[in-house]
Amino acid sequence: MKILEVVNAGRTVSRRSFIKGVIAAGATASATSYLFRGPASAFAAPPAHGAVERLMSLNVNGQQRRVDVLPHETLAMTLRYKLGLPGTKLGCDRAECGACTVLLDGTVHYACSILTHQVRGREVLTIEGLEAPDGTLHPVQEAVVDEAGFQCAFCAPGFIMAMVGMLNQNPNPTREEAARALSGNLCRCGDYNKILNSAMRAVEYTQQRV
Amino acid sequence: MPKSRIIGSDFPQRDLLPKITGRARYAEDFRADGMLFAKLLLSPVPRGRVRRLDTSAALAMDGVYAVVTADDFPSVDPPGEAVLTNEPVYQGQPIAAVAAVDETTAAEAVERLRLDMERLPFALDPLDSLRPNGPNARDEGNVYGDEGIETLKWTSNDMAAVEQGRRPEGVEGTVEWSFGDLDDAFARADLVIEEPIVHQSQTHHPMEPRSSMAYWRNGKVHLHVSTQSTQRTQQALAGWLGMDEEDVVVVSEYTGGGFGSKIRGTITDVIPAALARQAGRPVMMRVTRDEETYFGRARTGLSGWVKFGFRADGRILAIDLFLIQDNGPFGRAGDFNSAGTTSSLAYQPEAMRLQALPVLTNTPPRSAQRAPGGMQAIAMLEPVVDKAARQLNVDRLDVRLINAPTHRSPVGPNRSEVTSAYVREALELGRELFDWDRKKELSGQVNGTKATGVGVALSPYVGGSSGVDGLLVIRPDGKLYVHQGIGNLGTHSVFDTAMVAAEVLGMPWEETEIVSGDTSRHLPRSTVQAGSQTTHAHTRANHAAAMDAKRKIQELAAGDLGGAPDDYEVADGRVFRRGSPATGLSFAGIAERAMELGGRYDGHELAEDLHSDTVRSARALAGQGLMGVARDNYSHDGSTYSFVVGFCLVEVDRETGVVDLKEYLPVTDCGTVLNPRSLAAQIHGGGLQGISVALFEKWAFDSQWGVNSNKRFYTAKPVSILDVPVAMDYGAVDLPDPETPVGAKGIGEPPIGAGAAAVACAIADALGGIYLTRTPLTPDKILNAIEGRSPAYGPLQTHV
Repeated sequence: MKILEVVNAGRTVSRRSFIKGVIAAGATASATSYLFRGPASAFAAPPAHGAVERLMSLNVNGQQRRVDVLPHETLAMTLRYKLGLPGTKLGCDRAECGACTVLLDGTVHYACSILTHQVRGREVLTIEGLEAPDGTLHPVQEAVVDEAGFQCAFCAPGFIMAMVGMLNQNPNPTREEAARALSGNLCRCGDYNKILNSAMRAVEYTQQRV
Repeated sequence: MPKSRIIGSDFPQRDLLPKITGRARYAEDFRADGMLFAKLLLSPVPRGRVRRLDTSAALAMDGVYAVVTADDFPSVDPPGEAVLTNEPVYQGQPIAAVAAVDETTAAEAVERLRLDMERLPFALDPLDSLRPNGPNARDEGNVYGDEGIETLKWTSNDMAAVEQGRRPEGVEGTVEWSFGDLDDAFARADLVIEEPIVHQSQTHHPMEPRSSMAYWRNGKVHLHVSTQSTQRTQQALAGWLGMDEEDVVVVSEYTGGGFGSKIRGTITDVIPAALARQAGRPVMMRVTRDEETYFGRARTGLSGWVKFGFRADGRILAIDLFLIQDNGPFGRAGDFNSAGTTSSLAYQPEAMRLQALPVLTNTPPRSAQRAPGGMQAIAMLEPVVDKAARQLNVDRLDVRLINAPTHRSPVGPNRSEVTSAYVREALELGRELFDWDRKKELSGQVNGTKATGVGVALSPYVGGSSGVDGLLVIRPDGKLYVHQGIGNLGTHSVFDTAMVAAEVLGMPWEETEIVSGDTSRHLPRSTVQAGSQTTHAHTRANHAAAMDAKRKIQELAAGDLGGAPDDYEVADGRVFRRGSPATGLSFAGIAERAMELGGRYDGHELAEDLHSDTVRSARALAGQGLMGVARDNYSHDGSTYSFVVGFCLVEVDRETGVVDLKEYLPVTDCGTVLNPRSLAAQIHGGGLQGISVALFEKWAFDSQWGVNSNKRFYTAKPVSILDVPVAMDYGAVDLPDPETPVGAKGIGEPPIGAGAAAVACAIADALGGIYLTRTPLTPDKILNAIEGRSPAYGPLQTHV
């Protein structure tokens, strides 16, 4: 088991950098990070920590989106609860499982462990943004279909984004390199064999499309 | 049923597109207008009693809409599990819940719940509870006996024997069964071998935490939950809410893994329903990873002693198995019993005795986990079989061949017979695919610091039930709608079993729709999606319903076009006269004809042997097309079991104790193969879960506070992509079971024991015959064994 603090496909994950970001954003770093203050908080008492939502503009899946965001709000929560993009999953909310993996400027990141304020001006790509508007699947998605990857598939959006990120960094990985690049993601069904089959087929499809 | 168009082919996975585009909706992905968020007050102690719980300050907060406590749910007699409790029996058990406009407010309100609680003594390790003056996990006592819970303590002499690694003389289980003449069989044995065994309890850790969302509409509660079995969950949730089944709608289109922990949902699923009723608004309860570990269920631990009697040629004559079951705090788990029956099948002893002592502990609630009991037994006993084979100088594959069950072999204390067992075929296929005869020569070979070992293990488990109903409708659009009450947790069986109906009716798969995932969609009585029952039960039920539909179609065709029903065949969405394909009707036309005639053709008249759940759904669907609906009355003579033989090759680093899994190859007898890729997924994935249990996943609680120390992925360490072979193959015997019309048996359970045991056997092989009969085999334990140091734990200690 080697998932913590791994460097894969250019991603360095650390709880410390997340907490630093929280502090920089002027929010309170809480031990129970799995909390969400929704848009409905207009009905609520004034926020206890003086946290107020600020309107910001985000580039998500090629679109400019305007959204009110709290200082301590994670990107995963903004995507899931404020932008109608629940394809990004939360399995642990603490950088352990990778179900929330998205791309920021083409590089993989855990959306549970980055604040929405930290992605200002960056291009956010989620699972919903992979498919072309005309319904053409991304080569990685096509590869997964052809290899019947995944079982329960709760981890699938994260793995697929990690595969896309891997191919951005290394268009021609070996199976071993693919395993390393995807090692920031967990699949509890243990479908790793089909996931690697999918990754290698994705390499092939990507090269064919170029 | 002959293989033809669909069965046995790699047809496209039906639900993959939504899953890979982010459109698949799991429980937490649904939204409702005005939705509130819930947070829980959890027990901070493993056992206690609430003296006073003051909710007024929380309720007075702006933005707080509802607070529920134990009083808001039906009371439950001990040792049953209530939704919320004033007498928690494990740390993390929910005591109260708050709904507020957002989670931050709800969490603040939880902080303002004033809880006055009395701490009570608690038991974490079954052995501690059995010590003289050891703690009881419940007021009622510490063990399950014949009459329910009672108090049982061993003497200090008994405990001294345990410490010396021996089974104390005279201690007995509270449950016992046996067959054959045990004394005689041991007397005739050439080798008797006895070992202590410890299989830890272990959390399921599905990727999707069991979040749920509820809202009320016209007196009915709609619950979006993460469950393994849609139709059977309705009854469970209704029971926990004290409501009628008809007033509960369960929605569960996708489930992010269950492995036995979400068989009929979980009791906590109904908390948002009660909050939503009080608040008058929808409520979402997002379950965190920590909470998932607290109340998301766990495998039952088994420890004790096994004594085998072997003949010189490796034939197993006798087994005497004593199991102490770490039962958790609630009802008696059946793992010990399945451990016994599975062993009796795997080894075919002439005589066997099982004694079991289910001991209550203040640890998370247990439920079935993939091959409950069978997995623990196989993981612990297979290395002991290897130890004997080494002493008897018998090849380890041959020792499994000589003991292998075959068709109609007896199983369990009732000596019922298995419907089929192609175990020898699987062992021989594996010998060839894995190249056993060559690879076993690598056994113990050292290269630098690394020693190579190979292992083989046989894991049987129950592979199917029968007697449920199938329900399908051919509508005027010409499509076949197969209604499925089973869930969708990634095994693909909700689709694989429906294809039997398409096959019988000659219906193109593209024209076949699966109706499932929501109890308001009129689902037939189904099995729980657990225990590898589904494939067997629902290929049968859908076969029966499709045969019913086919007969009706033939009758309608004969009525309109002349001749006898048997003159007609079905194919490609049409019925036509045999030998004259132009004379026929489309299924669209047949559906219209059925609606004109009514009666049994469109579901207005139903067979009397259908389950009342099916009758309710069929009545709702009546008049919408041609209905096929039937109970599975096919012969099912015997007990259905599936089998996996696991082969693996490991390298053990003798300086670090780290195990590197180089190869894993599962070979199965699961009857007819329905869908090769979903089969491979089951036997690879299950095998890796077993390997995860055998090597990584720890069960350890802080002894002073009773707090789980492995509640997150990074401490619990489920197997990662870097821990497994970079590519894996598999094999399947693919011969039909004679006692089911499609020939297919379930295959969810057996793979896990094969993976766990094969790796344990391979490690022992690499270490030149050091047999460690406990899980998990972490590097510290392996290193201690290599260096010949005494282990840092007691013989039967479970929290290590």
